Parts: sequence; structure tokens; C-alpha cells
Amino acid sequence: MYMFKYVTKRLGLMLFTFLIIFTMCFVLIKLLPIPTNVLPGQDPEIVMKTLEGRGWITNIREGENGVWEYDRVPILIQYGTYLKRIVTQGDFGIVTTYGEYLNMNIWQVFVDHLPPTILINIYSTLIGVPIGLGLGILAALKKNKWQDQVINIFIILLISVPSIVLALMLQYVFCFKLGWFPLMMSTSDDYFTWEVFHSMLPAVFALCLGSIAGYARYTRAELSEVLTGEFMLLARTKGLTKRQAIYRHAMRNSMVVIFPSILSEFVSVLSGSLIIEKMFGVNGVGGLYLNSITFQDYDFFMLLSGFYTLVSLTAGIVIDISYGFIDPRIRMGAK
Amino acid sequence: MENYNIDQIPAEKFRFAQKSDLLHDSKFETKPVTYFQGAFRRFSKNKGAVVGGIVISILILFAIIAPFFTPFKPAYYDMVYAYVTPKNNLFVNAGIDFWDGCRVKDTNRIGYLKDMALAAETGREIIKDGEYTVSPDGSNYTYRYDTYYGVGFGKYKIISPAEFEAIQEYQNRTGKQVLYPVVKFADRPTLEKNKYDANIYYKVENPNVSTLRPQLDADGNIIPNYWKYDVTEENNLIPEYNSLRIEGEDGIREDGKQYYYAYGRKVDGGIEVRAEYYEYYIYQHTEVKKDGIDEPLFLFGTTQTGKDIFACLAYGARFSFIFATVVAAVNFIVGVIWGSISGYFGGKVDLFMERFSEILGSVPTIIVITLLKYHMGSTSQVIVLFIAFFATGWIGMAGRTRMQFYRFKNQEYVLAARTLGASDARIMFKHIFPNGLGTIVTSVALVIPSMIYSETSFTYLGIINLEAGNTTSVGTLIAAGQQSIMANAGYVALFPCAFLVLLMLSFNLFGNGLRDAFNPSLRGSED
Repeated sequence: MYMFKYVTKRLGLMLFTFLIIFTMCFVLIKLLPIPTNVLPGQDPEIVMKTLEGRGWITNIREGENGVWEYDRVPILIQYGTYLKRIVTQGDFGIVTTYGEYLNMNIWQVFVDHLPPTILINIYSTLIGVPIGLGLGILAALKKNKWQDQVINIFIILLISVPSIVLALMLQYVFCFKLGWFPLMMSTSDDYFTWEVFHSMLPAVFALCLGSIAGYARYTRAELSEVLTGEFMLLARTKGLTKRQAIYRHAMRNSMVVIFPSILSEFVSVLSGSLIIEKMFGVNGVGGLYLNSITFQDYDFFMLLSGFYTLVSLTAGIVIDISYGFIDPRIRMGAK
Repeated sequence: MENYNIDQIPAEKFRFAQKSDLLHDSKFETKPVTYFQGAFRRFSKNKGAVVGGIVISILILFAIIAPFFTPFKPAYYDMVYAYVTPKNNLFVNAGIDFWDGCRVKDTNRIGYLKDMALAAETGREIIKDGEYTVSPDGSNYTYRYDTYYGVGFGKYKIISPAEFEAIQEYQNRTGKQVLYPVVKFADRPTLEKNKYDANIYYKVENPNVSTLRPQLDADGNIIPNYWKYDVTEENNLIPEYNSLRIEGEDGIREDGKQYYYAYGRKVDGGIEVRAEYYEYYIYQHTEVKKDGIDEPLFLFGTTQTGKDIFACLAYGARFSFIFATVVAAVNFIVGVIWGSISGYFGGKVDLFMERFSEILGSVPTIIVITLLKYHMGSTSQVIVLFIAFFATGWIGMAGRTRMQFYRFKNQEYVLAARTLGASDARIMFKHIFPNGLGTIVTSVALVIPSMIYSETSFTYLGIINLEAGNTTSVGTLIAAGQQSIMANAGYVALFPCAFLVLLMLSFNLFGNGLRDAFNPSLRGSED
């Protein structure tokens, strides 16, 4: 019961925070001039009518010299219309200025670009977690021996070398010099063919290197602390072998801390890394976001901002909540 | 064995240990060690941290001093000298190939002949040391190609008659040959792209094709195709020229007549000349622009737009350091004030302030930057960046300060101070704050590299572009470097990346050392 109350409370708070941020974004965006630029091949009247239909402007009239005049709808009313559309129809608007996807449904475009981003992150987690945990466990078990020193240097290097540089080095060495991979990810949408998988590998490696170092460092710290615990001594005293003691007692206890961090990392990587996506030309959400900024496509920007905020908020509370589920000793919210 | 059991010890054998009746603590022989001295001592023992500190000081020195030593500015660019490789005369003499301004060129025989032709005319070492290797079938030539001299003449250049005079005057004064004889318009190759290519001064086998093959004489030499005119005859297309001539003072003699080569061709709007770009560049910068550049010499090479990487890196690093320091200082002040109020008073105040900073802190920085950029489009991007980093940056500092205040505010010495009637402000800033200072200062040291890194990321992504503000950023350079990978110009990314890696690595070591020094109890807690 404690748990339920705690989770509800955290979720409620998160939703509240999210709503405040979303509203702030909306208001700040709506304070800007409405982009009424007419692209070649577009009828200005249709552009105006579209904006009116979206509920942003009202009372449009054609003034002198073909200049269209209009009145702005109060922002709160706009916000009401906007939320109502999202809730009742799942409609986030249509693309107005982002040339490539002009007049398409924003939600549709967004969903179309999700798979590459998510796939890359899933692959990188699949590769990163076992390697990271393995290195961390090895380092903790061989603490202060040469294996530990080597792994430590590796971790410090990986953590200190910025991911921009790491990714660039990967791209230069493996894609350009050795030619093992294409320079850019394939834009084909058959995501499960070998060709596409092969082309997304450099991005996957670039992404997982950083998380390998993170997991390894975390596991090493946790496990080496657990290993010095008194219950480990007890386990050995009652006759367990070292291996049994480590697997059954130390590992399980250190996982209490490590698992939530993996979970949170997994959630936060859903939003992808803008840098990696840009560098390897991944046709994902990151590129969409950057372009929506350049094109000043405000509805697009709203959706993607909401997405990024939601992901980062979720990643934050996942850690706290999962502690309670994994470790029965922790009673969240208990007085 | 002696017997120590003495039954009766005479009273006069006893002496007082202390003659005076008052006992004082003796003074410490050693000097007292203050908190900061202790921290410094612990820090000095950490070799990694000291090395990190030294590297950081070197990088900071580089950022401060380097801009004074290069005449180039971030705004400077020269498209002709795009992708020239790093060059430094000092290192060339020391035999370091990397800094010789050359790159390895793989080409076919035509490409080789063209480079040879240029080298023969200008006397430059376009092929380094004249050494080259030929593949067994003779189709592929490999040699170190000088990117500075290899530019040659570029296109035919149209200059004003006044400039034509000025260059002649410069040539006579310095003895350097800028202008070379031109080819008669009718004798040039026919295709548009070859017609204005000033590097083709020789006869070609077939002037009508796209890839021209130089015509060779019996000895395998290039045959110049210069426009020559009889000294005695007037030619109203050829401007008057009395300066250095490659054919000698009295021209060439053929069939008993004296000929001169034409060093220009009158066209609409000026005189069309062939100016060797290397010398022309020197002339332009020393005589016309007078901007302190006296030679095309790029220590770190140039980018695809011909920007000097050394200058860009130096100015970018300087900007990064100043920016990060200023933001960190502002964040520190605001965060400390906010955190101490929130932590000291606790209760409702704390709750309210915590919720506020929590909400503000959960807005992704990229969204803040974008919104600011939309709203302040016309103002400097530096200010946008500053506000965005400030808006999200002070929260971490506030949180840390708050924690320190929670840790100390109920300790006995604070209660004692309160009992003695100290005011809240006094307790906060005289009693609690100095105790937490070590931790807080450490976090400032750790925040600076992360700030530089996120600034680099945003400029790399192109969300923020500092080039308009007459400076640049390491991120912009790395983005340029990435584009240069395709052009096989890996060196463009090399120096910015090296700078960033060194900076991050040394700041990490330095920051961890600081943390261990100030909080011995936390040692290794994050390892």
C-alpha cells in the first residue's frame, strides 16, 4: 500500500511538472510572431485558412497589395484548442514550415522517425550492459590487481573522452580509413535487414562505449562495497564457496543499485543522442528535432520538446520507484 | 639476576616531576595545519591531479597567449587556401613530415605532369624533394604534394590597372615574381573550365577535351604556350609592363627579332593576369591589407572554407574558458544564496524553493536554448548561451549548498552561536558556509568542464553559432572536421579533438583530486 501511494504521488508530481513545462513552452512559443511565410507553390489563402483552422488566428481578411491581415486568438484559448485536439483526436497539428514534410501529420512523421532512434538505443543497451557489468564485476573481484588497473584506465579514458570525439574517431577509423562500415546510416526503412543493421553499427558502438564505462564504474564501486560487507563473511563462514557467496549474495545485493540505473539509462536513451544521430546521419528523432528548430516549425517543436521532457522526467523517477520494487527493505514513502 | 624488589626506598630518593605547582599544556612544536593547508597537502600527493592541474594551466595559457601570436582571426578565411595541411618551418627543418604542409597525393600521369609543369615554371617544390614512386604499370604516381605551392595560379585574375602598376612596383622593389606571362586567349583550351585555368600555361595535346594532357617535346619537357609579341610592334591588347621577366631583360630572340612575353591582357574592367597565388597572397596581405599576415603559414592547417584552425582553436578556447568561468561564477553566487536560504530555513520555504528549482531543472537545456534563440533572435548568441546555461546551471549548485547547510545547521557549534545571539545571516555565512566551502568549490571545478562540453555540443549541433559574433567554438571546428573526413583531411578534426580530450581528461583528474583533498572521507566513493 505504501508503494502504491508512493508511486501515485511521484507520478502525479511528474505529470504536474510536465504540464507546467509544456504550458510554459506553449506560451513562450505563442508569444512569437506566427510564421505565415508562404512557400513557393502554396496559395497564401490556403496557408491563412489552415492557420485559422488550427485555431491560431481569426478574422482573416485580404488587405491592400495582397497582404493578409488577421487577429490573433488569445493564447489561453489557443492552448485549450490545442490540448483538446491532442486529447480527443491525438492530433498534434500539421507541418507548416519544415519543407520536407510539408502538410503532413506531425504525429505521423514523428512516429515514422522513432524506430531508428529506438533501435540504435536498444542495440547499444544489449551490447553495453553485458560488457559493462562484466568489466565491472571483473574489476571488483580482482580489485587492485592488474586487471583492475587496466579496466580502471579504460573506464577513466572512456568517461573523460567526450562522446563527440569518440564518435568522430570511430567514424574516421572504421568508416573512413578501414571502410568496414558506411559513413552514414542507411535511410532505408527496412530496419531489420542486414544492410541497415550493418550501417547503424558505428552509431551503436559510439553510443554504447560511454554507457559501458558508466556501468563498469558503477558495478565495480557497488560490488566492491558489498564484498566487504559482514554478511559476506558470514556466508563464507557458514561454508559457501567463494563463487557461491559472490553469485548468491554479493551480486544480488549489488544489483539493487545497479539495476535501477540500467532501467533509467534505458528510458533516457529513448530520446537518443542528438550528437550521435547527427554525426552518423541517423534518420531519427534527433535530426527531426534539430530541423524543426532551424525551420521554426513551432507545432513540431512543441511535440518533440514534450517528448524529450517526458523522457527525461520518466528516467528520473524510474530510479526511485524501481528501488522500492527491487529491494523489499526499502519502503518508499513510509514514515 | 638482580633483585629489583626493594622493600624500602628512602624518601630522599624521590623527586618532584614538576617543580611548579601549575601545570600547563606545552605548546605544539609543530605548526598548526589549517583545513586548506591540509587539503593542499593531500592534493599535492595525488600525482594524477597535479598533472591534470598542470595540463589545465597549459591549456589556459594557450588560450590566453596564442591569440596574440597569430595574425589570423576567426573571421579570416581564404577559399583558395582551403584544406592546406599544417606547416611550420621549424618542424620541417627538424624533419617532421607532419608539419611540412604536404599531403600524400595519388594521381595518374597527367596529374603528375601538371604538378611538374607548375613546379618547372615557378621553381617551387610542389613535389616534395622531387621524390615520387610509380606503380609498376606506370599509371599511378604517389608523392608528397605541397598544398601551399600546389595551388599555383588558380584562375586568371582580373585586376585594375592601378593594381597592375602597384604589383610591378612591388616586384621591382622586392625582386619577387608575382606575375607570370599569360597565354593568348585564342591559344587557350576551348572548354570554359579550362579556358580560365591559369595553371595551364603549356601546350596541350588536345585543347578540346575536359582532361587536358600536356604536350611534351622530344626531351619530355613541357612546351610553354606564352603569348609573345614583337618588341617593335604596338599591341593595344597588351598592357605596358616593365618589371621582372622570366625570359630575361632583352626578351627572346627568334628569327632575328626580339620578342617579349605578355604579362597581362586588357579586358573589360581591368587587366587579366596570371598571378602566382603564394606570392600574390603575400603581396595582398603585406602591401594592401596590412593585417600582420606576412606569409601563408598555417600551423594547424585550414578548414574547407580556408579558416586558420590554429586561430579558431585559440580564440574558441579563450572564449570557452572565459564563458565557463563567468557562468560558473554567476551560478556559484546565485546557487549559494538560493541553496543556503533553502537549506538553512527549511520547512515551507525549503519546500517551495525546492519545487521551483526542481521544475526549472527538469526543462532540458536544449529547449531553453531554442526558446531563447527564438525570442532573442537578433541579439548575440553568446548572450543566449549565457542565459540558458545560467537558467539551468545554478540549480545543481543550489542543491549542493543546501545539502551542506542541512549537514551543519544542527551541529552544536551552530547552536552555541545561536545561543550567543548571532544573527541568521552571521550563522549562515560565518559559521556554516565556510565549512561547506570545500565541497562547493570542488563542484565548481567539476562544473567547468561539463559546461565547456555542453557548449561544444550545442555549437557542434549548430543550434548555437558563434561565428557571427566574430569568435568561434571548438564545437564548430569539430563539425568542420567531421565534414572534412570525406575529403581525407583528418587533421582538421585532430587539434580541436585533442584539445577537448586533454581538457576533459585533465579536468576530471584535477576535480577528483580536489574532491579527495577537501573531503578525505569521500575518497574514491565514485571510483
